[in-house]
Amino acid sequence: MSDEVLRSDRPPESGATRTGEFKPTLQLGTDHDLCAGCGEPLALRTILESIEELGLAQRTIGVIGIGCYTALTSLMDLDLIQALHGRAPSLATGAKRMLPDRLFFTLQGDGDMANEGLQEVIHAAARGENITCVLLNNGVFGETGGHMTATTVLGQRTKNTLEGRDATQHGYPIQMVDLLAPLGGTAYAARGSVHDASGVVKTKVMMRRAFETQMRGEGFSIVEILTMCPTGWFVPTAKGPGYLNEVLGAVHVTGEWKRDGRLLRGAEPEAPNEAKERGAV
Amino acid sequence: MSQRGHVVIDIERCKGCELCIPACPPQVLRMTGEHNRIGAHYPELLSGCTGCRACWLVCPDFCFEVWQFDEPGAPGARPGE
Amino acid sequence: MSRRFMQGSEAIAEAAIAAGCRFFAGYPMTPFTELLEHFAAKLPAEGGVCVNAESELEAIGMAWGAVATGARAATGSTGQGLSLMQESISELVRAELPLVLFNLARGQGDYYQATRGGGHGDYRHLVLAPVDLTEAVQLTQLAFDRAECWRNPVLVYGDYLLAHTAEAVAIEPVAFDPLPSKDWAVDGSRSGSGSPRNLNPIGMVPGKKGIEPERFWKRLQAKHEAMAAAEARWEAESTDDAELLVVAFGSVARFTRFAVRELRAEGARVGHFRPVTLWPFPSEALAEAARGVKRVAVLEQNAGQMIDDVRLALEGRVKVVAIGGISSDDAGFGVGPMLEPERIRARVGAALAGREVQP
Ligand SMILES: Cc1ncc(C[n+]2csc(CCOP(=O)(O)OP(=O)(O)O)c2C)c(N)n1
Ligand code: SF4
Ligand code: SF4
Ligand code: SF4
Ligand SMILES: [Mg+2]
Repeated sequence: MSDEVLRSDRPPESGATRTGEFKPTLQLGTDHDLCAGCGEPLALRTILESIEELGLAQRTIGVIGIGCYTALTSLMDLDLIQALHGRAPSLATGAKRMLPDRLFFTLQGDGDMANEGLQEVIHAAARGENITCVLLNNGVFGETGGHMTATTVLGQRTKNTLEGRDATQHGYPIQMVDLLAPLGGTAYAARGSVHDASGVVKTKVMMRRAFETQMRGEGFSIVEILTMCPTGWFVPTAKGPGYLNEVLGAVHVTGEWKRDGRLLRGAEPEAPNEAKERGAV
Repeated sequence: MSQRGHVVIDIERCKGCELCIPACPPQVLRMTGEHNRIGAHYPELLSGCTGCRACWLVCPDFCFEVWQFDEPGAPGARPGE
Repeated sequence: MSRRFMQGSEAIAEAAIAAGCRFFAGYPMTPFTELLEHFAAKLPAEGGVCVNAESELEAIGMAWGAVATGARAATGSTGQGLSLMQESISELVRAELPLVLFNLARGQGDYYQATRGGGHGDYRHLVLAPVDLTEAVQLTQLAFDRAECWRNPVLVYGDYLLAHTAEAVAIEPVAFDPLPSKDWAVDGSRSGSGSPRNLNPIGMVPGKKGIEPERFWKRLQAKHEAMAAAEARWEAESTDDAELLVVAFGSVARFTRFAVRELRAEGARVGHFRPVTLWPFPSEALAEAARGVKRVAVLEQNAGQMIDDVRLALEGRVKVVAIGGISSDDAGFGVGPMLEPERIRARVGAALAGREVQP
């Protein structure tokens, strides 16, 4: 490497192929108001690209929870139903029952899914609803300013656990994928993380598998994605990925927890060709 | 030095989070001291990009477009020149 | 169409299905339970779906999802369950989704809940209160029609008596004017088109950052004002020369109307007024019916709720007295001794004579 600075304001004039567009095809623009270093837009990319690559663009409906990711709906070139805080799995249930051949996913945060709407997602999984619930887990209510959720790990500082989450006062974190995977109606369960490029690639593999599970009509699928929330964690943006991986990732273990109806307990998804190709890494 | 890849950086969208910097395996991204319209520092590209798309995968603000040269080191391959 | 002897719950479920309802979700609670049972038994044969939701919160969420796809859908409960659903009801109004709701209530204590709501923000929805099964069959169908016409939820308010009384009733289909197309419904077809739909209660627009709450809420306000002006329904009887006007709604009005008819036949100058829509309250019609009367007597089976609307409608021009009150059976289902015709007759008679009525 040399210190020579190259122009990066325009593509090469010739002899090159574009291998990564600014935004996924199913994204309407790139301008959004989420914080610097937020992990949620990275999760959005994995969802939109998976839908596009599976050829399901004209058959997909998103059901959106309430949290910072709600603001990302302005970017989605998808038919959407906005749910109330916690209620997306029920809305997706009713809509899917009416349109069984469409792809339905919910987009929810840990506050939305593990706090306000815990019973919704458990029941949807137990019923084996043929929907995919996507959980963006950053261990805080990002939207309200960084408060403790049911997934906040012990010791984690939040605005209402300033000394760190203490089990004697605040109890223990819920590991959502671990909780949902064993239920009879759950066909696919996985937890990814967007703390680095390879994590993003693996997360996308999980997303595709979940959508494929749904389109095969096999039952409920859950993809949890660990995402950075530097604002809610009070850490510098550059330290977000490390904090995510080391602090949240130690408790919310990544990997596939159920596939084809079989419990795997956090197995690494075998490196798919695509991951190698894209590969980053 | 030969270039296998190239990135276009939308510096006006950049929020200065620096996630792309450690993500780049050959370390050809570096934060500048310049400010864009929203007051954020943004990255610049040094030579040696492989077109691996790691920056593209981790940027939360969709600031990267990635190109792969058909023939590494070809004449068109030096956009900085 | 032939008449069949059936319970109110069954007649309402059949009327809903006749109106095209293809989705129902509910959670059991007396006296609503049988409505859920009938939907569960009947919908699958019609290509519909009835989900036994694990809570009222989930029931209304499921119905929300179904109605968002353009399907005709309904949910319901008893007042308690409706209390749980209030957040969703407020926001369904704002999302402009035509969900039909049934409150098969324990008596008439949910009048405030139905017309004011326990939800948040400025929201309004039609409330239809059938007097008997024949009217329930009509109003159930009307509920689906009006809901889609206005893109607004509609609540049908019944009670134990309506749900559990069996009568000979025909499910006559009601013909309605054509409705606007449901181009708002979300089916995935606009995904990837560059102009997708986002059915939401806060005025978000795809491709646009931020919202414009004031503009959005003012537009809804204007719609609700138009609904209020267009949708009032009522039944007035023997009001021309009346000295006393009795006002009652729902099943209770069936008893009051009977008592008033008897008293009329005996020569008493008493009239009867029954709001069919609780919202919008038929204020102008009531004011008109009450012109020239000495007193208006409100008989409702609660501590006094609709009487507020009666007083607002009459703006202090006529003396308004309460002749109803809380009255229940031992189980709390609202089938109380006050509903005995003799007692109602006595109360109306007392009001006619200008005597006080003890609740
Ligand atoms: C019924 C209700 N209670 C509370 C809120 C306030 N609220 C909005 S977003 C949010 C938390 C969101 O947390 P999460 O789902 O984890 O999303 P994040 O912001 O972290 O992405 C809360 C509590 C609400 N909108 N509705
Ligand atoms: S508060 Fe956290 S989750 Fe919300 S936008 Fe900021 S970084 Fe993202
Ligand atoms: S494409 Fe790879 S090598 Fe090129 S700048 Fe991005 S991360 Fe670095
Ligand atoms: S990751 Fe994107 S937003 Fe963050 S500094 Fe790099 S270019 Fe800017
Ligand atoms: Mg969160």
